Amino acid sequence: MNISKLLTGAALALGLATSAIAQDTTKVGFIYVGPVGDGGWTYEHNKGRLAVEEQFGDAVETVFQESVPEGADAERAITQMALQGADLIFTTSFGYMDATINVASKFPDVKFEHATGYKTADNVATYSARFYEGRAIQGHIAGKMTKSNVIGYIASYPIPEVIRGINSAFIHARKVNPDVEFKIIWAYTWFDPAKEADAATALIEQGADVILQHTDSTAPQAAAQKAGNVVTFGQASDMGQYAPFPRVSSIIDDWAPYYIARTQAVMDGTWETTQTWDGIGPGMVGIGEISDAVPADVKAEALAMKDAIAAGEYSPFTGPLKKQDGSDWLATGEVADDGTLLGMNFYVEGLTGEIPQ
Amino acid sequence: MDLSSISPTLLLASLMVASTPILLAALGELVVERAGVLNLGVEGMMITGAICGFAMAVNTGSPLVGFVAAAAGGAVLSLLFALLTQYALANQVASGLALTLFGLGLSALLGQSYVGIKPPPVSKLDIPVLSDLPFFGPVLFSHDLMVYLGLALVAAVWAMLKYTRAGLILRAVGENHDAAHALGYKVVRVRVLAILFGGACAGLGGAYLSLIRVPQWTEGMTAGAGWIALALVVFASWKAGRVLLGAYLFGGVTVLQLNLQAAGVALPVEYLSMSPYLITILVLVIMSADRARAPASLGRTFHASN
Repeated sequence: MNISKLLTGAALALGLATSAIAQDTTKVGFIYVGPVGDGGWTYEHNKGRLAVEEQFGDAVETVFQESVPEGADAERAITQMALQGADLIFTTSFGYMDATINVASKFPDVKFEHATGYKTADNVATYSARFYEGRAIQGHIAGKMTKSNVIGYIASYPIPEVIRGINSAFIHARKVNPDVEFKIIWAYTWFDPAKEADAATALIEQGADVILQHTDSTAPQAAAQKAGNVVTFGQASDMGQYAPFPRVSSIIDDWAPYYIARTQAVMDGTWETTQTWDGIGPGMVGIGEISDAVPADVKAEALAMKDAIAAGEYSPFTGPLKKQDGSDWLATGEVADDGTLLGMNFYVEGLTGEIPQ
Repeated sequence: MDLSSISPTLLLASLMVASTPILLAALGELVVERAGVLNLGVEGMMITGAICGFAMAVNTGSPLVGFVAAAAGGAVLSLLFALLTQYALANQVASGLALTLFGLGLSALLGQSYVGIKPPPVSKLDIPVLSDLPFFGPVLFSHDLMVYLGLALVAAVWAMLKYTRAGLILRAVGENHDAAHALGYKVVRVRVLAILFGGACAGLGGAYLSLIRVPQWTEGMTAGAGWIALALVVFASWKAGRVLLGAYLFGGVTVLQLNLQAAGVALPVEYLSMSPYLITILVLVIMSADRARAPASLGRTFHASN
């Protein structure tokens, strides 16, 4: 980023001739919530950025800023990127939603793309992946693998995306193992390795032998490895360095095709506000290799479920399902609509505890 | 709610592990500030120590070498701060902030090839009879050596400041550097040594994160621990014993609230999440009602010709 800043400065200093050339390149900016080396969420977004560079070569220039806090500082960071002349800015965390909308209203000529949010504008599109499809497969494996019947879940913030993941994993763990119980810790952070490791350790000490995480670093994997007999899943990235055990599978976000397509749209002048929400089928969500630590029959079932979801034959939220308070949600065979899923703010029946408000 | 799933023994043992990084870093900063220097670069020195220690431990296979390298790494980085503020007479606040930014960037660069590697395990104390005692064994006698080093360092710093001549000189430099200079004490030399000690302690704290508490290397893994340590020194009124209390309180409540959440306690999670900060600040503020104050020369630049 610093080098690109220097280059921008140099281009300005060299005068009009240089800037005339610079106008031909499309500048794409990325705002990250963690460091690019987190090994998870931000790492995958940065891989998408590098794919854009590779695809378009000199026709694009990419810039990024990492470890931008969600909150007031995000608005400053996004504004600065827009002022630097970015044509397209991807803001890659839920907490940037309002900041993105605010900045977008001041820069009508710049296109903005906000990940995992739900607010759009003429120049703001949203995109997200159906991570909950991967969670269903994780839940299935977790329910089969647990011996203590206690599954620990490190949640980040109480937003619909995270709640969907908990529900999806729980439904499928219960389906194969009626005795299974979820212990949930809200870490209130996306990235804090020490806290994530502490949370994993607390869950393990309370009997969990499977840890699911919705935070960005690989710290829970390391904590599970230290504890020994605990199963984990890679989150957002493959986290393959912890395979074959404790990491037995993973959900992988693949943003590269989307980033390339949207950059192309800006170049062609065909960019429009859209709300993209793709899953396993279109390839935005990948399932990392299921390791040999998982019994062959469980692996086969998990892969069958993956194929069914990819083909659109099965939805993780298919009735009969009840809400936590016992009220009916979905009748037998009924599939949840996207509106309900996008705003999900309730647990399904069987989960204990309350969602923080 | 099922409180029986929380084991007090494991909880107390985890508490000591969770507290040690900020304890070490805060102790180092305490000595620096008692010498009249405000080094805001704790976060940068911690993360540099984290990667230096991790890299050396992985390459040599010895965690001990790792910790030594971490202390050295933190000290070398702090030397930069010492040169800027003690010889070039640069502003301490700006230099400290710059040190944090520099440390974060440098560690990311150094750590590129260490992502996803498992460090060598650190052996834990295992005293035949004592470590097997119920409750007291796991809580008191079966930690890694760094936990005990942290505690020993608290006692050493306290005794040094209170009872030794060196401590007296250090405090004199921190309270009134002109007077100390007039008495013939080498103000700059004392301060540079204090800064180096602070850097080494922060480095150890960082390495404790990357080698024991997590254990792995991830960019930016200190995630604000250095700032907590800085705040702790102030709230502890620059006293070693209170730094220990504050660090254990903070670490303890952090671990406790995670355990309470996992046990499904019917308290709103928001309150549990803020509890470590709230409780630590409350206790230390109430304790500092004895009007303890900052070292009088804290943050002021010293120049011998003044």
